[in-house]
Amino acid sequence: MYSEKVMDHFQHPRNVGEIPDADGVGVEGNARCGDIMKIWIKVENDRIVDVKFKTFGCAAAVATSSMITELVKGKTITEAEAITNRAVADALDGLPPIKMHCSNLAADALKAAIADYRSKKLQAVQ
Amino acid sequence: MKAVYLDHAATTPMRDEVIEAMMPYFKEKFGNASSVYSFGREARKALDEARQATAGIINADFNEIIFTGGGSEANNLAIKGAAWEYRHKGKHLITSSIEHHAVLHPMQQLEKEGFEVTYLPVDDQGLVSVEEFANALRGDTILVSIMHANNEIGVIQPIAQIGAICKERGILFHTDAVQTAGLLDIDVKKLNVDMLTMSAHKLYGPKGVGALYVRKGVRLVPLIQGGGHENRRRAGTENVPGIVGMAKALELAAAEREVVTPRIQKLRDRLLEGILNIPHTRLNGSRTERLPNNINVSIEFIEGESLLLNLDLKGIAASSGSACTSGSLDPSHVLLAIGLSHEVAHGSLRLTLGRDNTDADVDYVLETLPPIVERLREMSPLFSS
Repeated sequence: MYSEKVMDHFQHPRNVGEIPDADGVGVEGNARCGDIMKIWIKVENDRIVDVKFKTFGCAAAVATSSMITELVKGKTITEAEAITNRAVADALDGLPPIKMHCSNLAADALKAAIADYRSKKLQAVQ
Repeated sequence: MKAVYLDHAATTPMRDEVIEAMMPYFKEKFGNASSVYSFGREARKALDEARQATAGIINADFNEIIFTGGGSEANNLAIKGAAWEYRHKGKHLITSSIEHHAVLHPMQQLEKEGFEVTYLPVDDQGLVSVEEFANALRGDTILVSIMHANNEIGVIQPIAQIGAICKERGILFHTDAVQTAGLLDIDVKKLNVDMLTMSAHKLYGPKGVGALYVRKGVRLVPLIQGGGHENRRRAGTENVPGIVGMAKALELAAAEREVVTPRIQKLRDRLLEGILNIPHTRLNGSRTERLPNNINVSIEFIEGESLLLNLDLKGIAASSGSACTSGSLDPSHVLLAIGLSHEVAHGSLRLTLGRDNTDADVDYVLETLPPIVERLREMSPLFSS
C-alpha cells in the first residue's frame, strides 16, 4: 500500500530529533486523530540551516515528516513556505488516498515552525 | 526471515486434515446435494454428516444448524431475520457497544427501519453488567445479541446469565461466538442461547463458510431467498466442501481442546508478562474473563500502524486498534468503550496466538518488540525519557 520511498523514509527517517536552541518550533495534528508532528528549525540569514522532527503517527506521518526535512534544508524561508503537503506526498511517490488528509501534515507543521520563527524575530526586534 | 503469525483472531491457517477432508468434494464428489442421482446423494450424505457433527459438538440437534457464507452472514441472518419475523411482538433490541460490526451495522440498519436499539456500555474491564442488562429490558424487547467473547480484547461476557434472564422473559437471545468456537467448549443449552454464530476460518477451517445455530421453534425471515436449502432459511446451493471442512475443523478442535488450549494459554501468559515489562504498557480488558489466546495491550506514546509495520518488517504479524488500521479516522470502538483516550487507543497492539505457535515464537517477539518500541518512542513528540 505504501510506495518504496515512503517505506524507506519510514524505516530510515532522516533528521529525527530536537534542536535545543531552535529558532522556530511548530506542531501540527493531534493525538485524537493519531498524528502529531513537531518540527524544529535553525535559521541563518533567512535560510534554514538545520531542521529536525519528532512524529507520533503512522508510516505516512513519519515519512512525510522525514521528507520535508530533506526538502527544506538549505532553502530560504520564502522557498520553504511555498512547499505544500501535496508536494511532500509527490516527493514520496504518492500516499494512499486515505492518508492524504489525516497524515499529510508535514508542510503545515513546517509553516507553524516558520510562523514561530517570525514571531520570535519580531519580539527580538521590539 | 523468521515468520511468526500472531493474528489468529483475524484468521487461521487451514489444517491439513481439513483440506484433505474437503478435497473430494471439489471434483470427484462435486454433485449438487439437491440432485436425486448418485452424485447428489453423495453430496447430501456429506452435508448431513457435517450437519450432524456440527450440531453434536455444540449440543444442538441436526435441524438446528443453518450453514451460511460466514460469520457476518450468520449474524445478519440472526438479527435481521429474527427482528423482521417478530416485529409484531415489539420493536426493542438490545446489544452491547463492543460488538463486531457484523452485529452493530445490522442493528443500525434496523434502527433506520423503526426498531429501537439499546447499546449497553461495558465497564473498564470490557464486561457487560448483567444488572444493567436486566434494567434495559422493556415490555417490547424482542431480541438480545451479546457476543460470547470480544474479537479485539478477548473479554468473555456472562452469556449464560444473560441468556437465563432472556429465557425467563421469553426474549430471543443471540450470541456471536466467532471468537470462542473451537477455542472454548460451546454448549448451546448451558449458554442459554436461542441463536449462536460460528465461523470456520477462525478455527482452522476454510473461509466463506459459517453456521448459525437456531433453536427449534425460532423462526427467521431469510436474507437470501430462492430454493428451499437449509430448511428454507438460506437459499443457495450448499458449499459442500466448505461445510465438510468446517465440520472437520470443529471436530478436530473439540478432540484436541483439552491439550491445545492450556498450551496456548501458557504461551500467552509468558508473552503477556514479557510485554508488560516494557514501561508504560497496560493490558486492555479483563485479565481473568479472557480468551486464553488473546493479548491486547496499549503501548503509550506510539502509534499502532507504525508498530505493526515495524513488526511486519521483522516477520511478526499482529493487529492494532489504531485508526489507521481500522480504516477510519477513529480508533477502535471497543478500546474507546472501555475508557481509553484516543491517544492510548491509537497505540494498541493485539496478539492472538494459535495452535502452531511455539516458545521460540514468544522468545522472538520478546526480543524484537522492545527495541522497536524504544525506537518509535525516541521519535515521538509525546514521549520524554
